[in-house]
Amino acid sequence: MSSKTAYGPARVLPGEQIRISTNPDTEPYWDAAKEHRLTACQCADCGRFRMPPSAYCPECSSKAKNWPTLPGTGTVFSYVVCNKNPANGEDYIYVPAVIDLDGAPGARVNANITGCDAEDVHIGMKVTVEWTPIQDGWVLPNFRKA
Amino acid sequence: MAWAHQDKTAIVGVGATDYYVRGKSWPRTINDMAGEAIMNACADAGISVKDIDGFAYYSTAGAGYVDKFDTALLMETLGMPHVSFSATLTSGGGGSVGAIGLATAGLMNEDCKYAVTVMSLQQLPQHRLGKVFGAAAPNPENSFLQPSGLVGPGHLMAILARRHMHLYGTTQDAFGEIVMATRANTHNRPKAVRKAPLSKEEYEASVMLADPLRRLDFCLETDGAVAVITTTMDRAKDCRHKPAVVHACAHGGQREWGRAFGWMGMPDPYFASAGHKFVADRVWAQSGLKAKDMDVALLYDHFSPMVLMQLEEYGFCEKGEGNDYVLAGKVRYDAATRGGVNGGTPVNTHGGNLNEAYIIGMTHVVEAVEQVRGTAINQVADCEFALASGGPAALPTSSLILRSA
Ligand SMILES: [Zn+2]
Repeated sequence: MSSKTAYGPARVLPGEQIRISTNPDTEPYWDAAKEHRLTACQCADCGRFRMPPSAYCPECSSKAKNWPTLPGTGTVFSYVVCNKNPANGEDYIYVPAVIDLDGAPGARVNANITGCDAEDVHIGMKVTVEWTPIQDGWVLPNFRKA
Repeated sequence: MAWAHQDKTAIVGVGATDYYVRGKSWPRTINDMAGEAIMNACADAGISVKDIDGFAYYSTAGAGYVDKFDTALLMETLGMPHVSFSATLTSGGGGSVGAIGLATAGLMNEDCKYAVTVMSLQQLPQHRLGKVFGAAAPNPENSFLQPSGLVGPGHLMAILARRHMHLYGTTQDAFGEIVMATRANTHNRPKAVRKAPLSKEEYEASVMLADPLRRLDFCLETDGAVAVITTTMDRAKDCRHKPAVVHACAHGGQREWGRAFGWMGMPDPYFASAGHKFVADRVWAQSGLKAKDMDVALLYDHFSPMVLMQLEEYGFCEKGEGNDYVLAGKVRYDAATRGGVNGGTPVNTHGGNLNEAYIIGMTHVVEAVEQVRGTAINQVADCEFALASGGPAALPTSSLILRSA
């Protein structure tokens, strides 16, 4: 039994239905996204990456953080194919995926994949960041098949 | 080293309400249902509800999952004269069977004499568990998850299942077999929500909700309440039934699991797992037992792939071999022999969350008790040890071994 349903194009969820909130630990990540700059939270003392950003480094307990500019590319670690827009229940093909970020070992983001049919998304697929404006002037990183 | 509290406490009473399809329990309230479950458990134990002086919950500070309830109201309205232990395990359903360990802590500390663990669940339209993640207002943490449209537990579990399929060649056939095998255990259970036998064709026709997961890979959405009474072994001897002895119990987890699918940062091999390795290792160390010693396994089954992953983590098979183990029929219960199939251990002889009812794991505790009492509807012959599990969820997950007295 195979799950190779023909879903068609994978779409990004409409930005106008998406809201986020921030705190002082996470806001630099979202501020960078507003400038279309993909970053991840890096310990300024030991160099370890962690996402989502949090107060302490789990390796060395440091609170010092770096926000390096990453290449904006990554690899699909896993994913799910969904077929209803969660905002209204209407038919809508989208693929939430867990992305391993290049240049930030151990850091992942959860985002939509676009630029291909949903049934063609696969683990190990290379992707490039693409920016989606959302509510309140924030910007969300999503990913396009590279 | 054996657990210091091994065989010192026992579950002596189990009670439940009817099980209702989500939202159908109204105009009953969660307190009405909790009260009925508690009083039924007391009657089963042969004690008065007024003997209860301890509450050991899971799912954070209230026992209800969405509509909360709490000790103060329960004890006051059920007429208990005093309470000397009231505590809860953190997080969600992962703590279900761990709450029996919490009860044991209260009993062995001589804080209380009879501890009740209760879950009452009512999912009115505004409080639907299946939408719980998506319905949450944005906060700084879920802002890294929700915007991707991961709105229900099924979406999240599908991502773990997909990784398992990628790493080990696991198939949807195995997920289907778990649903069909456990469905075969409900035809003779009057209270079960899904009783009709399930064919492979019917499974494959089930709508794909979160590819690779079909609707039938998702557990039921149920209203109802279940309560169990735990007490010390000396008191247990005076109760109505043979004690279901608490032989091992653990809750917790390791950092690599952590917030789990609320986070998605788990490295391999933890990502494609049920987050049970830590508690599995603990109960085996506490008891000196291993998977093969279990006569029945009541594994938390909110989503079918999570049963397969638990089979691996508890050591019923090796990591990555869950697919072949399941497809060999080894989770099935054979009513003719009252045992397993093809050398396997029967799993979810009550039908589980997938087929009987989903009261956040409590039905697994009830079935474990009935199995070691020898009174289960689908009784395993000479059942000495029953394993029950809670979760996966963000840690803690939990694990319980009951022993026949
Ligand atoms: Zn550090």
